[in-house]
Amino acid sequence: MLDAKIPAGSLEKKWSDYKNHVKLVNPANKRKLEIIIVGTGLAGASAAAALGELGYKVKAFCFQDSPRRAHSIAAQGGINAAKNYQNDGDSVFRLFYDTIKGGDYRSREGNVHRLAEVSSAIIDQCVAQGVPFAREYGGLLSNRSFGGTQVQRTFYAAGQTGQQLLVGAYQALERQIALGNVKMYTRHEMLELVQVDGKARGIIAKDLVTGELERHFGHAVLLCSGGYGNVFYLSTNAMGSNTTAIWKAHKKGAFFGNPCFTQIHPTCIPVTGEHQSKLTLMSESLRNDGRIWVPKNLNEERKPFDIPEDERDYYLERRYPAFGNLVPRDVASRAAKERCDLGYGVGTSKQAVYLDYAAAIKRYGEIEASKRNLGNVDAETITKMGKEVVKEKYGNLFDMYEKITGENPYVVPMRIYPAVHYTMGGLWVDYELMTTIPGLYALGECNFSDHGANRLGASALMQGLADGYFVIPYTVGNYLADEIRVANIPTSHPAFEEAEKAVRERIEKFMSINGKQTVESMHKRLGKIMWDKCGMARNAQGLREAIEEIRQLKKEFWSDIKVTGVINDFNPELDKAGRIADFIELGELMCMDALQREESCGGHFREEFQTGEGEADRRDDQFMYVAAWEHVSGGWQLHKEDLVYDVVKPSQRSYK
Amino acid sequence: MDHYEMKLTLKVWRQANNKSKGRFETFQVDGISSEMSFLEMIDILNERLVVEGQDPIAFDHDCREGICGSCAMHINGRPHGPWHATTTCQLHMRAFKDGDTIVVEPWRANGFPIIKDLVTDRSAFDRIIQAGGFISVNTGNAVDGNALPINKDNADASFAAAACISCGACVAACKNASASLFLSAKISHLGLLPQGQPERHKRVISMVAQMDKEGFGSCTFTGACEAVCPKEIAITNISRMHKDYLAAGLSADN
Repeated sequence: MLDAKIPAGSLEKKWSDYKNHVKLVNPANKRKLEIIIVGTGLAGASAAAALGELGYKVKAFCFQDSPRRAHSIAAQGGINAAKNYQNDGDSVFRLFYDTIKGGDYRSREGNVHRLAEVSSAIIDQCVAQGVPFAREYGGLLSNRSFGGTQVQRTFYAAGQTGQQLLVGAYQALERQIALGNVKMYTRHEMLELVQVDGKARGIIAKDLVTGELERHFGHAVLLCSGGYGNVFYLSTNAMGSNTTAIWKAHKKGAFFGNPCFTQIHPTCIPVTGEHQSKLTLMSESLRNDGRIWVPKNLNEERKPFDIPEDERDYYLERRYPAFGNLVPRDVASRAAKERCDLGYGVGTSKQAVYLDYAAAIKRYGEIEASKRNLGNVDAETITKMGKEVVKEKYGNLFDMYEKITGENPYVVPMRIYPAVHYTMGGLWVDYELMTTIPGLYALGECNFSDHGANRLGASALMQGLADGYFVIPYTVGNYLADEIRVANIPTSHPAFEEAEKAVRERIEKFMSINGKQTVESMHKRLGKIMWDKCGMARNAQGLREAIEEIRQLKKEFWSDIKVTGVINDFNPELDKAGRIADFIELGELMCMDALQREESCGGHFREEFQTGEGEADRRDDQFMYVAAWEHVSGGWQLHKEDLVYDVVKPSQRSYK
Repeated sequence: MDHYEMKLTLKVWRQANNKSKGRFETFQVDGISSEMSFLEMIDILNERLVVEGQDPIAFDHDCREGICGSCAMHINGRPHGPWHATTTCQLHMRAFKDGDTIVVEPWRANGFPIIKDLVTDRSAFDRIIQAGGFISVNTGNAVDGNALPINKDNADASFAAAACISCGACVAACKNASASLFLSAKISHLGLLPQGQPERHKRVISMVAQMDKEGFGSCTFTGACEAVCPKEIAITNISRMHKDYLAAGLSADN
């Protein structure tokens, strides 16, 4: 039976009660305890810094050449916190409530409330580190709106909030490295988990430069390895983002929670052709001011600016007047797909909608004219002043759009389409962020815990830093307090021997197949199956077909791939082979999970289960649970953690 | 936007590792669309090489949206290629025309030893940050974020410097392979904020010392770094660093 270990007591007291009674480790003992951290994005870097500061001996690993390059760096829009600096009615409860509702009632009340509680401290910590958040003229912090909320609680640093927060955490981490509390292993990839007597006790890592395998011991292992959106091949994730660390842990006994819960982000730059290697997000913050529309006429041939107002369909404003263009991501993505499927899409592929800034440019221009007391000004001046304001707010995003598409978004409306962006699913963890393997933790995007079936914008950065700075420093101590008598296990222990042998044999297998197909082409094929049949809309028949196709693909992979080069060298092709082999297995599990969940909720949309208006039809009586999958020989076994709502009353989400 | 196809000649630097001698290898690529990114063009070539059983070209890349700072190619003699304020991954093939020859090299600097082909070891940048590129504040020590108002001009200038992505183009462009622009961006980012003041002098002294130790050259203020920086980090940051360095050297606490 899965026990989430949610503390007893009222919702708002759970976390403080937990902290008041949790076991502590004294400083002399912390020095003897080693902690392994895999991944150095927001969750991993903040955890490594915070635990190093506490005096633990930390070893941190990342596959990039520097911890500062982890994919958290690419987050654009912002980070939520319940500061209520705007005096607009925000509170810890409202952030908690919005997140539960945004997640379509598929996340835990206890975890989400804790997230909302620590959100304020994250902003304070980041400011103290020197994170240059946007500020008002009075010198105080600025906020903006994000989807799924009606308050302004998002803190930001232009369109590169992720980079600024990660650089803050990275600098804190580098300081701990300089102080000798953290040892950093860059260009290293975890390829196996080592267990002794059932507990996580270390990892096998590969030095990606020399190709050598290394054994590392830890009293506890923290996985902070990010999301698995690259299972779709095309996503907004970085090229190297992968599932391997959590997949190895899963195959060693860690349950996988809600694997099919995927976030498709509504505003990405559309695919241009077969050569496409990745997709680029245009920040959700653009929906603050941009208006999304398609032509009302089928087969519209005119240029967007030649189409008159009354022949445009601002479909989000039409369908959801209360939230308009700021509906949550899952709702906005499905609405775009609905229009494009009916043939109203724009651009050569017809798989795109307009994100138009003309109205915002005019509005800002008029405000400027009024501010400057300019009286009667011509339209051209208004446009010029409006463009300046838009540039100040979104300039870097507009520049990026122009570099990629060659079109000037100040003049021509941007074309956007949904793309895979984030995975709400991940390793199942309890309230303490521990997986079902004792001593193995999962933090940030690689766990399943806080976002239910749909994540709200600007909440990923919040969760990564909450887990790393303010949750794990308390919860890992509760486990390690009982481990202080455990001496370091030598890496000559048979458990390390066996784990390393398994990794070595697998690598040798990749090299020996010597078939005809490239790893990249296999990845593309997997991605196409996943996108077509386990993407924005899913149905039972398609999912069953997908499972069969993936099994077939797996056979082909293990009999016909070609990997060039040698083992003991810098060999990215070989590293990619390992990652894609794991993605293929994960893809099958995602389809199985999507198949068993016979309801629609959040980003999981089963075509068989929709309301008359095409909205997600949740079936709380049967599916109000976390699907936690255990890997067993020959397949998977499903376990269920029932979700209990003591405070919030689940209802159909309405953004109308 | 209208697009077109190209046939190109690529001359790419190949080098097995730091100890072996490198050389240019010439490749012909065909059917390259102007809509592709530069790295997608390399992907296509690499796919072909794998099929032919040859070693694909090794290069660093990750986010492919111009922010992680991984990609680092010297293209036709210019770090990150011909476009202003653009990383290699954001460079698109419409920058080139049918029949062009493109020369691709790694960053060349003593501070960045070559690992393989176009991949270099930029860990020196991490060690420069370790020398003092941070504010010493442990987790949980912070006061309320709005307890410390910061003048917007300073906050904006700090942010502009903090936009550095540590790609190393500044070093690659500099005839002395100086890391001054990279380092000064950090000095400005932290030094323009009130939080950064207590360690301001100590920071600049130890970071500059580390830069010298890593084998980077001195700054002679040619401005090549600023011209190629994908994030448009201003050379005035170097002036600010020099000022801080001078002040730190003269002050009693160092």
